[in-house]
Order: sequence, then structure tokens, then C-alpha cells
Amino acid sequence: MIWYVLRRLFLTIPTLIGVAVAVFFLIRVMPGDVVVVKLRADGAAVSDEAIEAERKRLGLDKPLYQQFFEYMAGLPTLDLGKSLWTGEPVTKEIAIRMPVSIQIAIMAGLIAIAIAIPLGTISAVYRDTWVDHVVRVVAVSGLAIPSFWLGMLMIMALLTLFNWLPKIGYVPFWQDPMANLAVTIWPAASVGYRYAAVATRMMRSSLLEVMREDYIRTARAKGVWQALIMRRHALRNAMLPVVTVIGLEFAFLIGGLVVTEQVFNINGIGKLFVDATTRGDFNLIQGLVLLIAAIFIFVNLIVDLLYGWLDPRIRLT
Amino acid sequence: MATVASGPQSSPQAETLPKRPNALWAFARSQPLGVFGLVMILIYVGCAFGAHWIAPYDPEEIDFAAMIAAPSHEHLFGTDQYGRDVLSRIIYGSRTALAVGIISSIVGCVLGALLGAASGYFGGRIDTFIQRIVDIMLSFPIIVLAMVVVAVLGKLTVGGIDLNLIAAITLPIVPRMARVARASTLSIVALPFIDAAKAAGFGHTRIILRHIVPNIVAPFLIMVSASMAQAILLEASLSFLGLGVTEPTPAWGLMLSGTSADFYQTAPWMILFPGLAITLAVFAFNLFGDSLRDWLDPKMKS
Repeated sequence: MIWYVLRRLFLTIPTLIGVAVAVFFLIRVMPGDVVVVKLRADGAAVSDEAIEAERKRLGLDKPLYQQFFEYMAGLPTLDLGKSLWTGEPVTKEIAIRMPVSIQIAIMAGLIAIAIAIPLGTISAVYRDTWVDHVVRVVAVSGLAIPSFWLGMLMIMALLTLFNWLPKIGYVPFWQDPMANLAVTIWPAASVGYRYAAVATRMMRSSLLEVMREDYIRTARAKGVWQALIMRRHALRNAMLPVVTVIGLEFAFLIGGLVVTEQVFNINGIGKLFVDATTRGDFNLIQGLVLLIAAIFIFVNLIVDLLYGWLDPRIRLT
Repeated sequence: MATVASGPQSSPQAETLPKRPNALWAFARSQPLGVFGLVMILIYVGCAFGAHWIAPYDPEEIDFAAMIAAPSHEHLFGTDQYGRDVLSRIIYGSRTALAVGIISSIVGCVLGALLGAASGYFGGRIDTFIQRIVDIMLSFPIIVLAMVVVAVLGKLTVGGIDLNLIAAITLPIVPRMARVARASTLSIVALPFIDAAKAAGFGHTRIILRHIVPNIVAPFLIMVSASMAQAILLEASLSFLGLGVTEPTPAWGLMLSGTSADFYQTAPWMILFPGLAITLAVFAFNLFGDSLRDWLDPKMKS
């Protein structure tokens, strides 16, 4: 097991390198000039010399292969260059804002799982009754409501009902759990809704499929109590596709966070990414995109490991 | 990464469109929810084309005498902080949303279908190469990919439409369509008529365009419809962040973006209606797309 995990971790390295190369070329090779975009925003008149000077300052006048090697050489030591806006190292800028975003993402994931598993199960068990219809409508609307708008609606409801506005300042969880949760719970709930909706739909269809299996019929014929069939036989087997979808959707969760952090004024990596994009700070963009891809790869590794635990037939060797 | 879902593997019979004269009627009978979605889509399309006649006001007309006015007979959905009519802006906003959505989902799906078909048809190294690129592109959230494009390309407005914004929304659609098209192609390539075409000495381009592409029309239509919902949501998100459509062009996401906390209590209509417009549009395309999938290709259910 431990060897398997180590080998899998080792195997993520080429994937990460592939992603790093892709990000580099995505930013450099696309038609368009970051410096021009940055300096001539809103039609500002900037001389060609000034643009050339800025390009030299940022090291963009060097040949592409040299930029590429310098960038790749920095990766093993997590040297992602400096932010073009603040001048601070990219790694530092990201590290400051990571905890709050990661916390919200994990909370949203937990909310989604806590909602999806029971709701999906109920929907499958009471298939085609009004309960099922209600659950399905709730799930389908979860796919349609933009998470940032849901966040705005939450703020609006809190203001109207309690005359209370979610606080802005982030306090680490271990310092003051209540103050921490008061800030993070709202964005987590608004991005978690979509996540929950996707997982609920998957839970329902997966459970319906499992319940048609022979071993469920056998258990039923033996006279096993219905609740026990669900718990011991059906749920565990139905979890596999749900876990897959939770892993795949984690990337979308981060995407939702990018927009939703803006609504709640949370200074996380999402807001940092938006700021970096508006300012054309491509070193920072590069670092953030790399980080998001790394998180995605890492989450999917965890999902793969979970498979083996959920279904012993899938041997991890 | 190990995936459980094996992807769409449908027989070619299920993938050709049912060609009955009453196909529309058959669709309506078996997918009532899809018809509901279609009707909503048609209402939006009607608003987009007829905005000029339907909208009670000019969407960009500033009226300082009627700033932040509550919904009334004159302004059914109220006005915003510049005194612009919210209803008119929503009606004109459907133009922006549909234009961006339709162009980017069709272009994205065409590119993706060609890439996927080539990948599945040639196999071997070409397939591996294309699939690695697709894998890498799929490991970025849609909006992240779009934001990178926006950051690098800047703005390029032609005829009131930001072409680079469309490019940004198109790019994330390509790998998703390529995936689906490749899976469908693989099931077709194994069939005898492709061998027959090869034996007849047809070129690769001809086989792909004339023999494979027509057989992946069903998954193509399904993906176009699904991407449309995604594209509308993406455009709204980008405009909300100030990275998409710019003022004074009416766009739903942009309408939400100007709303600061002050308006949450004083002018809830400025937040409620544009958001509702986005939600219903995405809902309609999702509903229609799901029904289309169930009807054309029941095996593609995820």
C-alpha cells in the first residue's frame, strides 16, 4: 500500500511537468502581448520605447527557450518568479492566501457530501414519488444557479432577516473557531450547493443501478432487513461513481470559488487570481494555474486511493 | 487516474438522428420537460431578436430623475443606479448572452469534434498526443482557462462583440467535445464501412468528413446544447468579475457586478432579476440538453 502511494506520487511528477509546460506555452505562445495589454489598457498612449523597456525589465526580451529554461529550473525549488505587480515572490503571495481558500473548499466539499449522500439515497429509495421529484428539482436548479448569485442572495437574506452582514476579516480556525466559521460558512455553502447537486444526481443514479444487481435481489430473497441491505450491500457499492464525481468536480469547486470570493470579499487565491488577471500579472497567473492543476491532480490521486478502500476488488498494486 | 465511467459507447444506429416526419412530435411526447426547456429557449431567442420592439426603454439611456427606482408601472423591474431600466437591460442582455453562447459553443464543438474524430480515427501516436493535451486542458477549471485567455489576449471588439471573450469561452469547450467525439469515433472506426472506404482509396480527410463526422451528429448536438448552458454561465461569471463584457453594453453578469453591499437592502431588484435571467437561461438549456440526450442517445446518460 505504502509503495503504491509512493509510486503514484512519483508518477504525478511527469504530469505536473506536462502541466507546467502547457501553462508556459499557453501564456507565451498565444497571440497577444501581455506588456502591451498591461500598459495600453483603456487606450493609454504609451511609447514603443517604454514598452520595450518594460519588456526588458520583466525579462521578456530574452529568447523563448531561455525564458523556458529559467522557468523550468525554478520549479523544483518552488521558485515561480516574482509578482509583476507587488514585486514579492509568487510563492509568498499565494501562501498568504491559501489557507482561507482551502478551508472554504474543504468545507464546501463536506457540505456537499453531507447533503448528497442522504438526499441521493432517499431519492433513489422513493423513486418517482413526490420526494424524488422535489430532490431532483433541487438538484437540477443547483446546476443552473450561479454560485456568486446564490452568495448575493444569502447576503441579501441575512441583511433583511437579521440585519447582519457576513464579516470580512479572516481569523485562523485554531484562534477563534466561531469567528472563523462566521466568515467561511457562507461562501462554502454557496459554492457547495452546485457541488451537492452534482453529487446528489450521481448518488441517485448510481444507487438505482446497484439496486438492480443480483446480490441485492439475493439478499432480499434471503429475507435480509431492507435497511441492512442498503447499509451493507448497496450504499458502499454505489459510492464509487459518487467519489469519482466528487473528485472531478473539485476543480469546478475552485472555479466557483474564484467568482464567489469576490462576492464575500474574501482575500483568498480566487480573488488573487482575479486581481492578477485584471493587472496582467502573468507570473502570478502562471503560479496560480499551476497550483490549481496540482490540486486537481492531487485530489484525483486521493480519489484513486479511496477506490481501493471502498471496493476491495480494485487492488492497488 | 482510474476512471469508472467507460464513456459513451453507443451503436451507430442510436447515433443517427431519427428521421421521421413527426420527429418533433415524438420528441415532445417522450420528453415533456425538454419541450418546456425549448419553449423557454425560444422566449429568450425571441427577446434577443425582438429586443428593439419588446424593450420598453433604451437599455443604455441614463435617467438621473429615476435612479434606483423600485419596480412600478413605468419600470416593471425597477431601475439601476444610473436610472437605466432593468427590464430593458435584461431583454437586451439576452442578445449578449445568446450571441456569445451560440458562437462559442458551436465553434468549440466543431473544433472539438474534428480533433476528437482525428484522434480516434488515426489512433497510435497522434491519438496519444492529442489525448495528453486534452487531459492537461481538462485539469483546469473552465473559468481558470478562460481567465488565462482573457489575461493574455486583452480585448478585441469587432462589431460590438468582444472576439477574445468568445475565444476565452470557446477554449474550455474544445477538450470536452474532443473526448466525446473520440469515444464515438472509436466505435465507428471498427465498422466495416470504414474499411470499405479505405479500400476504395479515399483520403483521410474525406473519410473523416464524409463518413465519421455525419455519424457523430447526435453526441455533437447534445454537447452543443450542454455547452450553451456552460457558456452562458461562464460569460455571466466573467462579466461579473469585470473581465468580460464592458459597460455600457447590457449583460446579465455585468448588471450584478455594479451592485455593492448598499444595494442589497435598498435595491434588491437590481440583484434579483438579472440573476434570475441567468439561472432560467442555464436551466432551460440544461433541461433541453438532458432531454435531447435521453432521446437521441439513452446510453450516453452519465
